[in-house]
Amino acid sequence: MTAEPATLPHAVVPPWRNLRVLRFVAQLATLLVVLLVGGWLAANLVDNMRQSRLTFGFGFLDATAGFDIGESLITYSATDTYLSAFVVGLSNTLAVSMIGIVLATILGVITGVARLSRNWLVNRIAAAYVEVMRNTPLLVQLVLIYAVMIQLPSVANSIALPGAIFLNQRGVSMPRPVAEPGFGPWLLLVTVGVTVTVLAHVFAGRREEAGRPAIGWRRVGWATLGLLVVGGWFVTGTPFSLDVPVQQRFNFVGGLTISPELTALVVGLVIYTAAFIGEVVRGGIQSVRRGQIEAANSIGLSDMQTLRLVVFPQALRVIVPPLTSQYLNLAKNSSLAIAVGFADLFSVGKTMANQTGNPVSVIVLVMGTYLAISLSTSLAMNIYNRRVQVLER
Amino acid sequence: MSRRISMPLAVLTLVIAACTTAPPTPTATPAPTGGPTAGPTAAPTSPAGALLATIQARGQLICGVNGGLQGFSFLDNTTNTWSGFDADFCRAVAAAVFGDATKVEFRALGAEARGPALQTGEVDVLIRNTTWTAGRDSSWGNFAPTTFYDGQGMMVNRTLNPDAATLEDLAGATICVQTGTTTELNLADAMRVRNVEYTPLVFDNIDATYEAYTQDRCDAVTSDRSQLVGRRSGFTNPADHELLDVVMSKEPLGPVAPHGDDRWFDVVKWVVFATFQAEEFGITQANVAEMASTSADPGIRRFLGVQPEAGEIALGLGLADDWAVDVISAVGNYAEIYNRNLGPDTALALERGPNELWTNGGLLYAPPYR
Repeated sequence: MTAEPATLPHAVVPPWRNLRVLRFVAQLATLLVVLLVGGWLAANLVDNMRQSRLTFGFGFLDATAGFDIGESLITYSATDTYLSAFVVGLSNTLAVSMIGIVLATILGVITGVARLSRNWLVNRIAAAYVEVMRNTPLLVQLVLIYAVMIQLPSVANSIALPGAIFLNQRGVSMPRPVAEPGFGPWLLLVTVGVTVTVLAHVFAGRREEAGRPAIGWRRVGWATLGLLVVGGWFVTGTPFSLDVPVQQRFNFVGGLTISPELTALVVGLVIYTAAFIGEVVRGGIQSVRRGQIEAANSIGLSDMQTLRLVVFPQALRVIVPPLTSQYLNLAKNSSLAIAVGFADLFSVGKTMANQTGNPVSVIVLVMGTYLAISLSTSLAMNIYNRRVQVLER
Repeated sequence: MSRRISMPLAVLTLVIAACTTAPPTPTATPAPTGGPTAGPTAAPTSPAGALLATIQARGQLICGVNGGLQGFSFLDNTTNTWSGFDADFCRAVAAAVFGDATKVEFRALGAEARGPALQTGEVDVLIRNTTWTAGRDSSWGNFAPTTFYDGQGMMVNRTLNPDAATLEDLAGATICVQTGTTTELNLADAMRVRNVEYTPLVFDNIDATYEAYTQDRCDAVTSDRSQLVGRRSGFTNPADHELLDVVMSKEPLGPVAPHGDDRWFDVVKWVVFATFQAEEFGITQANVAEMASTSADPGIRRFLGVQPEAGEIALGLGLADDWAVDVISAVGNYAEIYNRNLGPDTALALERGPNELWTNGGLLYAPPYR
C-alpha cells in the first residue's frame, strides 16, 4: 500500500494514470452506487406504501393489544398495551436465548472434547451426533421434537416422578419455591456466606502464590457458608415454601409448568447449536501445538489438568470469535418458535402486525430489536475475546 | 490495475444510464409486500372503472381464497379443481365479468397475508371467509354483502370432556387458536367478561392449530362455527367432537373489493345480490334459460337482462345485459351454492340458520334490481 513502484524520477503522472487518484475515484464510485441503490430501494418502499395507504409509525404501541399470550415471564393481560405485549415477546426471546446459550455451551464443550477422545465409542457417538445435527434443518428438528413431546401421556395419565414432578403432553409440572417473610434475611445471610467463602479462597490463593501453605482457609470459608445457610434456615423459620402442582379438571394448577413448546424450542436450539460449538471447540483444541501438551505431561500434569491449565487457555483465543457467531445464530434461530407455538418476539410481532394492520412498522421494530440483541451479544463477546487473547510480550 | 477500477465505473455508468432512460417510476416495480405477483395488477388508486377494464384486458379474475377450508375453498385432490362456497362466489364474479366461470385464478392466502394482498392490488377480490369489521372496512377494502352469517364457536372433544357446556366450564383449560384472526381477540374478550382463566396456545398455521387440538395438546379449539364444522369433517373421529352451544361473536363473512374503485365494488356487490335475488325469484341453474325466454314477470325479465325491460342497468355496471344469466347458469342461485358446499348432503351439513332469505326469516335481502 505504501511503497509505490518507482517510475521515472520526477515524471509528472497525469491524473488518469495516477494510482492514488484512480483508487479514490473507484472508492467514490462504489460508494455512490451503494447510496443510489439504497436510496432507490427506500424511495420505492415509501412510494409503494403511500400507494397502498400503508402507514409507517409506532403510535399503535400505546393502544390496547386485546389478545392473550400463553406464556409470559412478566404479568400481562389482554387489556395491556401492544408495547407490553412486545416486551413479553422480547423477554421470552431473551430467556430462551440465555438458557439456550448456557446449555449449548456446556453440551458443545463436552461434544468437542468427546470428538477428540481416544475412546473409540465416545469419539464415534460424538461424531455421529455432530454430523446428524449439522446436516439437517433446524426447523425440521424442532417440528419433530414438538411432535414427539405432544405424544406424551395426557394430563389424566401423567407420569409422576419423585419430588412431585409430573410429566405429560402439556409439559413438565414441578413444585415452585415461594418466598416466605423470612426469605429476605435468609438471602442476606447466604450472601454473607458466599462473600466470606470467596474472600477465603482469594486469600488462600494469594498465600499459595507467595509460596506459603494455604492452611485451612478454604475449609473455613466453606464451613462458614454451610453454617449460615443451614443455621439461617432455622433462625429465619423456613425462608420459602413449595407450591406443589395439583391436577385439576384440565391442567395442573400451581407450581411451575414448563410447556412442551418452550421445551421443544430450547432443546432443539441447544442440540443444534451445540453440534456447531462442538466443532468450534475441537478446532480450537487442535490448534494448540502438540509440544504444549507434551510439555505439560512432562512436568507431571494430569490429563484433566493439561486440558484445564494448558490447552483451554490457548484454545480460547481460537474458539471465542466463531463461538460468538454461534451465539448470535442461536438467538436469531429462536425466531423459529412460531413453528411450535411459543410466544417469542417474532411470534408476538406477527400477531401485532396482523391486528394493527401495520406490518412494515412492526417488522422494522422486530428487526431493530434482534439487531440490538445481536450487537450487544457481539460487544460482550468481543470484550471477553480481548481478555482471553494471549498477551504479546 | 485498470481492470480493477473499470468494474465499478462500468456499474456506475449503467446505473446512471438506467436512471436517465427510465425516469423515476418506482411504481413499475412490484410492491414490497406483494410477493411473487404474476400478471399486471391495478394500483389501488386507479380511476373509477379502471379495475374492471384491467381485469377484462387480463382475461382472468384473480380471486384471493383460503385454500385450506373444507366447504369454503379448497383444492380438491381427486379432481384437481377448486371447490367450496367461497370458490363458487369467485366463479360467479368471473361469470358476470367474462360470461365464463372458468376464468378465475385462485390465490390461496394466509390469514395475515389477505389484508396486504388486497391493499397492494395483488388480488382483484378477496373471498376468503373474511369477517366484516369496521377496522378492516376502513383499511383493507369495501365489503360486499355478507354471503355467510357466522359466529365464533368453541369445539371440545366429548370423549375427554363429556359435560363441558359453557365457557365457564372451560376455566383452567388450554385453548388452541390461530393467530391473525378476529377469533383471537374475541376469545380474549369473551373470557375476560366472564372472568375465566385460560391458557391460549397460538399457532401461525391453521393446520398446526388443528393438529395440536386433535393431539389433545389443548382442551378446546375456537374459530368461526363454519370453520370448526369444516375442519371436523376431516378428523379421524368427527363424531367425538362437538361444538358448545355458545356464540362468542358476530362473524359476517363476505367478499371484499379493493378501496378506490367504486365501479368494481358495485360489480362484486351486485353479483352477490344476484344470487340472493335468483333464489327469491325461484330462478335456478336448471331453469334460468327457460325463465329468460318465457317469463312474463317484468321483475324477472329486468333481472335477466331481457330488453326492453332491462334498460341500461347492466351498462351502468359495465357488464353485459344478461350477466345475471351467466352467473346463475354457472353457479346457480344462493340456495344451490349453499347446498352444494355446506348443505345437508355434504360432510359439513350446516343448518342455514340466519343464512335464509328474508322471506324465510333469514338475513339475506337484496335491494330491488331496477
